[in-house]
Amino acid sequence: MDGIILYSVISLGAVAAISAMVLFFIAKKFNVVEDPRIDVVAELLPGANCGGCGYPGCRGMAEAFVKGADAGSIAGLGCPPGGSATSEKIGKVLGMEVAAGEPMVAVLRCGGTHEKAPKKTEFDGPSKCSISHAVYTGEKGCPNGCLGLGDCVKICAFGAMYMDDKTGLPVIIEAKCVSCGACVKACPRKIIELRPLGRKNRRVWVNCRSLEKGAVAMKVCKAACIACGKCVKECPEKVQAITLDNFLAYIDPKKCIACGKCIAVCPTKAISATFEMPAPKPKPVEDGTAEVKKEEVKQ
Amino acid sequence: MKLKTFKIGGVHPPENKMAANSPIEALSLPKRVSIPMNQHIGAPANPVVKKGDDVKVGTLIGKGESFISANIHSSVSGKVFAVETVMDTTGYKVKAVIIDVEGDVWEDSIIHSGALIKDIKLESAEIVERIKSCGIVGLGGACFPTHVKYMVPEGKKLDTLVINAVECEPYLTADHRIMLERTEEIMVGIEIMKKALKINRAIVGIEANKPDAIAKMEKVAANFPGTEIQPLKVQYPQGAEKQLIKSVVNREVPSGKLPLDVGCVVNNVGTALAIYEAVQKNKPLIERVVTVTGKKLSKPANYLVRIGTPVDMLVEAVGGIPEGTEKIVNGGPMMGKAVSTTEVSVTKGTSGIIFFDKSEARRKRIANCIRCGKCVSVCAMGLEPYLMEKLVEKSRWEEIEKLAVTDCIECGSCSYTCPSSRPLLDLIRLGKANVNRIRWERSKK
Repeated sequence: MDGIILYSVISLGAVAAISAMVLFFIAKKFNVVEDPRIDVVAELLPGANCGGCGYPGCRGMAEAFVKGADAGSIAGLGCPPGGSATSEKIGKVLGMEVAAGEPMVAVLRCGGTHEKAPKKTEFDGPSKCSISHAVYTGEKGCPNGCLGLGDCVKICAFGAMYMDDKTGLPVIIEAKCVSCGACVKACPRKIIELRPLGRKNRRVWVNCRSLEKGAVAMKVCKAACIACGKCVKECPEKVQAITLDNFLAYIDPKKCIACGKCIAVCPTKAISATFEMPAPKPKPVEDGTAEVKKEEVKQ
Repeated sequence: MKLKTFKIGGVHPPENKMAANSPIEALSLPKRVSIPMNQHIGAPANPVVKKGDDVKVGTLIGKGESFISANIHSSVSGKVFAVETVMDTTGYKVKAVIIDVEGDVWEDSIIHSGALIKDIKLESAEIVERIKSCGIVGLGGACFPTHVKYMVPEGKKLDTLVINAVECEPYLTADHRIMLERTEEIMVGIEIMKKALKINRAIVGIEANKPDAIAKMEKVAANFPGTEIQPLKVQYPQGAEKQLIKSVVNREVPSGKLPLDVGCVVNNVGTALAIYEAVQKNKPLIERVVTVTGKKLSKPANYLVRIGTPVDMLVEAVGGIPEGTEKIVNGGPMMGKAVSTTEVSVTKGTSGIIFFDKSEARRKRIANCIRCGKCVSVCAMGLEPYLMEKLVEKSRWEEIEKLAVTDCIECGSCSYTCPSSRPLLDLIRLGKANVNRIRWERSKK
């Protein structure tokens, strides 16, 4: 009996010793030296793996940061959801200045609510915007408008969007939006845009993507931009943030000063803003007052 | 006798060919036509008329300038009202020429009579040139420019012309009627096609649910040596090019290859008629037969319609949209597309207008996949629809590319047969589009 125990201990011990040695050498031979900073940086990132930075997940971003730091430049890298706080922390670890991008937020550019753009047909296919878009113009009949099937809501990893059943349009919860841009990519109609948060959270944008002539656009949606050009004229001369292309006005967020003048003149109320405009003052009675005011602006 | 058919997959939906006994009627001229410039596969034609121009029936109004494109001719005489964008059946905008109809004056070069002309005066190259200038496209539904098929690259060996008279789509009867009413013209058309391809053998595949057409075609074909009629077992999608070749000549077209690679050219029977009219009478493709049908319709009919006629007129001709209609389909019930408005016009590819009531229009509630494998067994291309659907849902495009998603002919047999009513084809189409996009991006690099 003693012999059996002894032999088994010796033989198993020998197997263990040989295996340990083999494993030791393999581990040495194929050792991958990983920069410890990658782990540190990855730890600092939000860890949502949203892909907003353009890299495959947070670890991919961290690797890019460290690689960039070794190469001497991390310009162009940044974590949109993390914002400036994360950037500063990463900058400290890497000993470099991380350029914090301007804070952005996703903005919906369609005002085709059930009320303004009633449904004309019914889509019976799978509830996906991408499929509805490929099949036809959608239930409302607008070739550029929101399809209302919520591809953007489904893709949002931060719970920053929901579908408003009353309007049939998605709603972006600003406080939760981290501007990763997943919804922008998911929308087949390119309705959602990332726009700068703006000073004091003041933003003005054209709430429409219709590229149709005014009369045609109005047929399907009462809230469409009809390209009348009133907003372009109303925009202060020094600012000139509004351009008119393909029957659609666009407000350049870099130029816009969020004065809100264009909102009042839009006949279809197609310009939206994050702030309420004060009630318009009664029109001046005397002639020429308006002229004086314009001159003042010029000066 | 055992009838020929293709071996892999296939379904047999209820035929519902209600309009089979309605003779073709010529629809009265509309007041205004709107003729889209992209009625075919390939680049849209460029309009060559402008507002205020006078046109006759057969005047060239759109020129197809790229390799895969087709000419468009005026289907009416009158004045060009506008050249602008209009809605097509999907609701998206397409460029179109809108013409106000005045009288019915034909171009002088067109022989405008019903008399049969048997002698083929033109030579092979001239025939192809004529097919091109007359804007002939495949009338089976896909509208591929026909002249491209006839430009056979050097070194390719051709031996058989396969004529597609299968009409495997339920409801549609347009091809059935022309085979009964214009048999001789079709046969001469086939002779012209054989001459253009410099071959002697043509086989017409007809499904066995059209015995009268088979009998009539066989009788007339006896006078045309080299043209055989091949009755086929009723099975969908037999009218698809690759399936038809398998059925008729028992050859398999490999993945990514063309019928030319197995020595065949496939054309629709309607195209044969259009080629006859183009070559013998110099008549461009300006009209086609459209089946207007539906279960609730008191009088399903086949109309000879000028291209560009509003679908509204067809609806009026059959007595308005029947009560309880929930869906109007442009094309066959399996592959056709629902229209979002009847204000669209009839194009070269409009084979039918079908009215569906609630029971046919609605999709059933989607249930979970039960892995029964029915979609795999009915897929005529031997694909795995259930797997591709799942992968599309997860956006795994590279994997569905490996599963040969681009081989899918979009016949819809998988969706039709699925006991869980899963939207297989919708998702596979989405996958196809994405795979094509990825391939395009790759080719740019």
